[in-house]
Amino acid sequence: MTHWMILPIVLPAFLAAFIVLAANYHIQIQRAISVAGGLGLVAVAAGLAWQASDGTVTLYQLGDWAAPFGIVLVADRLSTLMVLLTAVLGLVVMLYSIGSGWDNRARHFHALFQFQLMGLMGAFLTGDLFNLFVFFEVLLIASYGLMIHAGGTKRLRAGVQYVLFNLLGSTLFLFALGAIYAETGTLNMADLAQRVQLISPDATVGIRIAAVLLLMVFAIKAAVVPLHFWLPSSYAEAPAPVAALFAIMTKVGAYAIIRVYTLIFSPELEATAGLHGWWLMPAALVSLGIGMLGVLAAKRLDRMIAFSVIGSMGMVMVSIALFTTAGMTAALYYIVHSTLAAAALFLIADLVRTGRDSVELTPQAPMAGGALTAGFYFVAAIAMAGLPPLSGFVGKLLVLQASFDTGDVVWVWAVILSSSLVAMVGFARAGSVLFWKAHSVEASEETPSPAAPAVLSYVAVGTLIALLVAHTIFAGPITRYTSAISGQLFAPDRYLSTVLDTPGKMSKPSDKAK
Amino acid sequence: MEFLVASAIGVLTAAGMYLVLRLRTFPVIMGMSLLTYAVNVFLFASGRLTVGAPPILGDGATYTDPLPQALVLTAIVISFGMTAVIVMIALGAYLGADDDRVDDPKPQDETPTKIEDAP
Repeated sequence: MTHWMILPIVLPAFLAAFIVLAANYHIQIQRAISVAGGLGLVAVAAGLAWQASDGTVTLYQLGDWAAPFGIVLVADRLSTLMVLLTAVLGLVVMLYSIGSGWDNRARHFHALFQFQLMGLMGAFLTGDLFNLFVFFEVLLIASYGLMIHAGGTKRLRAGVQYVLFNLLGSTLFLFALGAIYAETGTLNMADLAQRVQLISPDATVGIRIAAVLLLMVFAIKAAVVPLHFWLPSSYAEAPAPVAALFAIMTKVGAYAIIRVYTLIFSPELEATAGLHGWWLMPAALVSLGIGMLGVLAAKRLDRMIAFSVIGSMGMVMVSIALFTTAGMTAALYYIVHSTLAAAALFLIADLVRTGRDSVELTPQAPMAGGALTAGFYFVAAIAMAGLPPLSGFVGKLLVLQASFDTGDVVWVWAVILSSSLVAMVGFARAGSVLFWKAHSVEASEETPSPAAPAVLSYVAVGTLIALLVAHTIFAGPITRYTSAISGQLFAPDRYLSTVLDTPGKMSKPSDKAK
Repeated sequence: MEFLVASAIGVLTAAGMYLVLRLRTFPVIMGMSLLTYAVNVFLFASGRLTVGAPPILGDGATYTDPLPQALVLTAIVISFGMTAVIVMIALGAYLGADDDRVDDPKPQDETPTKIEDAP
């Protein structure tokens, strides 16, 4: 058994504790540890992704207890892709927070950041539903601290809403888990997948309630309308690097929906049939529409980006809700794109905020370092709005193509195409107000012009943009890989046999059950 | 006993939901606490209600399912810690804004002011 697999969880956990205990007052040491940890995490994640790329499902039994008695970590293609995405995003965002000095505005930024990474990694790797709840809590608790980092009344108020909404979500999660345990007597995902099929068709009330509750919990995380109300305020008020890292948090919800609703409550399952198409698809389409309308209506740049996150999550959910191999391929491609684009936009909003008075969409005097920021905004906005030639366009094409021969084609095409137009107008208007109308405003003599952002900040944003461009150029290989991932998702035999048949302490539960 | 536990969970949940839908932080946090009590009892009951039996497999035929007890313990620790955190954040927001409403302030309050921590 290889212990590499648990390293993405253990490494940030140790680093966080070490930062708090040993380097609490030395910001330079904290930064060095954080960046070294981030690089190490990318290396480990890349190794895991390479290991899983040929379809191997790697299992890690904590304490050598066999599933379903012990907690297991499972690394298949989907998990390792998300782990790699998180590691890369974490490193880039960390560089930005160092470059912009955000990490030094209050203490414990790096420790909380590492705990956040630990929670994210754990949520992607775990193979146990209650363990998923625990890692959700780890990442949420860290995010509460990061969200109100550097304080300020507005941020604290947004923090109260954010924490309350997520506490309600956690309570709902526990209700769902209790119901699942009462119905099936297990919380291991692979074991659940086999046991829900044994429930007789006339006794499915409990498991159906649990499935809907669980879908609601993940929809809260993924900010699917009508459960999106927590997102705009909290993402807009959170410190910029934190908001950029939060771009992966909505994807945790999407990941959980993909995992649970392909493995456990799969579309073929009689008891929960209709949940995917009837409920998820309309909610996803409405999210897409509302998000992109919000882009047009927002009066501040950061709120506008927050709404574009809702819109792009809507696009991801539309594609997931098709529950076909092609749909899942498109969804996974779009998840990577949307994470990178949203993170880049949040960081660009901070560059704008550094260069001028506020992020209100009103004409103000030209900002410091405006040309480069404007260029970055141009590219990132094209990507997010889904215009050619960048990856948003490729992702959108994949979604449109995947939905073409399904019954929902009219609705999906209508909503996606019209919302694209709305988003494009919204982004174009914001860009022209921020960067072009600035030249018609005279800079007042009294106020000193703000300093230009640091070079490292531009490097971080530039890296994200470069990744977006690479995501477009290598769209062919990447799509082939996401197609392999969705193939693995819809044929989970290897996952099930790896988790349940690997020997450990209290082995062979399947024999005992018989 | 099943009826008693079930109705207790129902009453706690209903009261908690009612309080959560208020506008001020204090009742909302009270409601959150009631909801977490409800979910803790619910988790306990998910392993079936057994009286006077040990949570281990022994010689006796009856035993209490130990797993929900472990789950409840985790849930209690997390919800307890989270209640403390939300109280502190809400207190900070109240002292800063002199207002303890949980909803967004009205748009006219959002005059284009400089955000406090901008450099």
